[in-house]
Amino acid sequence: MTSNGTGTHGAVLPDTAPDRNGPIVELRGAGKSYGNIRALHGVDLEVHPSQVTCVLGDNGAGKSTLIKIISGLHQHTEGDVLVDGEPVRFTTPREALDKGIATVYQDLATVPLMPVWRNFFLGSEMTKGPWPIRRLDIARMKETADQELRNMGIVLDDLEQPIGTLSGGQRQCVAIARAVYFGARVLILDEPTAALGVKQSGVVLKYIAAARDRGLGVIFITHNPHHAYMVGDHFSVLRLGTLELSAARSEITLEELTNHMAGGAELAALKHELAQVRGVDVEELPEAEDLTAPVATSPSSEGTS
Amino acid sequence: MSMAQQAEPAVGTPPAPGRKETDGRTAERPLVLRLLARPEVGVFLGAVAVLVFFLIAAPAVRQGGSMATVLYQSSTIGIMALPVALLMIGGEFDLSSGVAVITSALTASMLSYQLTMNVWAGVIVALIVSLAIGAFNGWMVVRTGLPSFLVTLGTFLILQGVNLAVTKLITGNVATDDISNMDGFDQARKIFASSFDVGGVQVKITVVWWLVFAAIATWVLLRTKYGNWIFAVGGNKDSARAVGVPVNFTKITLFMTVGFGAWFVGMHQLFSFNTVQSGEGVGQELIYIAAAVIGGCLLTGGYGSAIGPVFGAFMFGMVNQGIVYAGWNPDWFKAFLGVMLLGAVLINLWVQRTATRR
Repeated sequence: MTSNGTGTHGAVLPDTAPDRNGPIVELRGAGKSYGNIRALHGVDLEVHPSQVTCVLGDNGAGKSTLIKIISGLHQHTEGDVLVDGEPVRFTTPREALDKGIATVYQDLATVPLMPVWRNFFLGSEMTKGPWPIRRLDIARMKETADQELRNMGIVLDDLEQPIGTLSGGQRQCVAIARAVYFGARVLILDEPTAALGVKQSGVVLKYIAAARDRGLGVIFITHNPHHAYMVGDHFSVLRLGTLELSAARSEITLEELTNHMAGGAELAALKHELAQVRGVDVEELPEAEDLTAPVATSPSSEGTS
Repeated sequence: MSMAQQAEPAVGTPPAPGRKETDGRTAERPLVLRLLARPEVGVFLGAVAVLVFFLIAAPAVRQGGSMATVLYQSSTIGIMALPVALLMIGGEFDLSSGVAVITSALTASMLSYQLTMNVWAGVIVALIVSLAIGAFNGWMVVRTGLPSFLVTLGTFLILQGVNLAVTKLITGNVATDDISNMDGFDQARKIFASSFDVGGVQVKITVVWWLVFAAIATWVLLRTKYGNWIFAVGGNKDSARAVGVPVNFTKITLFMTVGFGAWFVGMHQLFSFNTVQSGEGVGQELIYIAAAVIGGCLLTGGYGSAIGPVFGAFMFGMVNQGIVYAGWNPDWFKAFLGVMLLGAVLINLWVQRTATRR
């Protein structure tokens, strides 16, 4: 584990890829308990630059807890979280941001009544002039926002329009472009396609690919295996707070992933019971022994580059 | 290295778009609609309507002196309506602002008189007290997460009681002693409560301060980082925090700005009337809030302007004095206010729906 820790801790990092080969973010047996409730336990996860790591799981599987640990909203209570090979414990989202870990939340990514360009720079505004009359550099901010959005393939007529007037997919894209611009090395996307239609989802997936091609490590949280399989390099399925599956793209097919994700193992066990119920079609459900995808019994078996 | 059998992800990079292409889906909205969507345009039209109405209905209003009185009346409301509006855009409100004005004036007056000090000492201490009240309000709101309505209702009751009780305790009376013979009084009066001559009409200096503060507030709101934060903490506190906006700092300093406004208006009252009635100020806070709402600020935060409340306060002053000049029963004033307030709220609602329409 080489750890030539880079000094890039500012809010705005240069767009260069980090010069080390290991994962940017790594979780080793990480877990989190709220009082006596164990929300997450023994999770291993690696995030590499230029790769999309998909985290799948049903409601209550622990996806949100996982994001909150990595993004600094909550602290882990067991295991280790490593950034650039060094153990960290974030206490605020700002600390995670300073390490280049940006999170795009499903709903709290933007302020609806504020113009697009103000949202883009919110919290990291560009200013000019000496202190008593230090003011926003509006022209430069608008130009930069426009340029960055275009680089991600988003074209907006009017950056003055309130961001609430954009569609859900466009808002996600603005949030992604913002994270990319502010030097994120790791982008956490919390169910970006959950509330979107088919076409909108496609647009968001395109920007996930664009972010990956710019050298970012992407953590893509979703419960849609089809979306995950379209862009993912590595898939982790959470169930009841533990890792049920951890597989590289080469080791798994979409069908296996879908089965795991849809609770395939459990459904298969229920198959014979369900067959008794009229109106439930079990023909397409796999038998339990057909599920041969590697299960997370041998963590980090995959040597990725 | 298992790169060889690694299947390529299906989705590629989007093609780089041309430099100045538009998405072509948003049609330019008519100028009138775009103008009406600005927070201050509705109230501007309202203010003009009220002015024209009284120019016709009350011939006395047409004289310069009457106009100066209207502006003076507006300025005493307007100076407080500005910080109250900023606070409202920041998503909070302050019910203690009316009695805080009196608290500030009482502090300055009694401190200078009882200790026989230069009035400036009292003025400075009053400023510190006012800022501290604001900081307390803000700190309580951000620490407890309680609605600011409850927290400042508490402060309102506390200050109302303290104002009366402490004044009676110290002076044995409900009003403070006349401080017009104290050192520094004339100097302070020049700043807070003097008049100047414009073409034969005496104009109060508070009108100038009102416009200066409005200009500063507008600049801060639209052209500085802090202004951006005000909109953000009022619009969506959690989003703002998640992108690194210091939410607590912004809210506490907004409450302290209201404290500053209360101090300024308190000093004006003290130096124009020489004494302070300790029971006053109750109900004023609602006038300030109403002026801000009429001025286009959204009660729930995140939207508004600093120039809107200027027109809002002007409408108040105009109606208040206009009714007198028209020779009507002044009891109608409150009824007028109610109508204006409801009208403003309806316009706000419509604006918000238009602005966020998908």
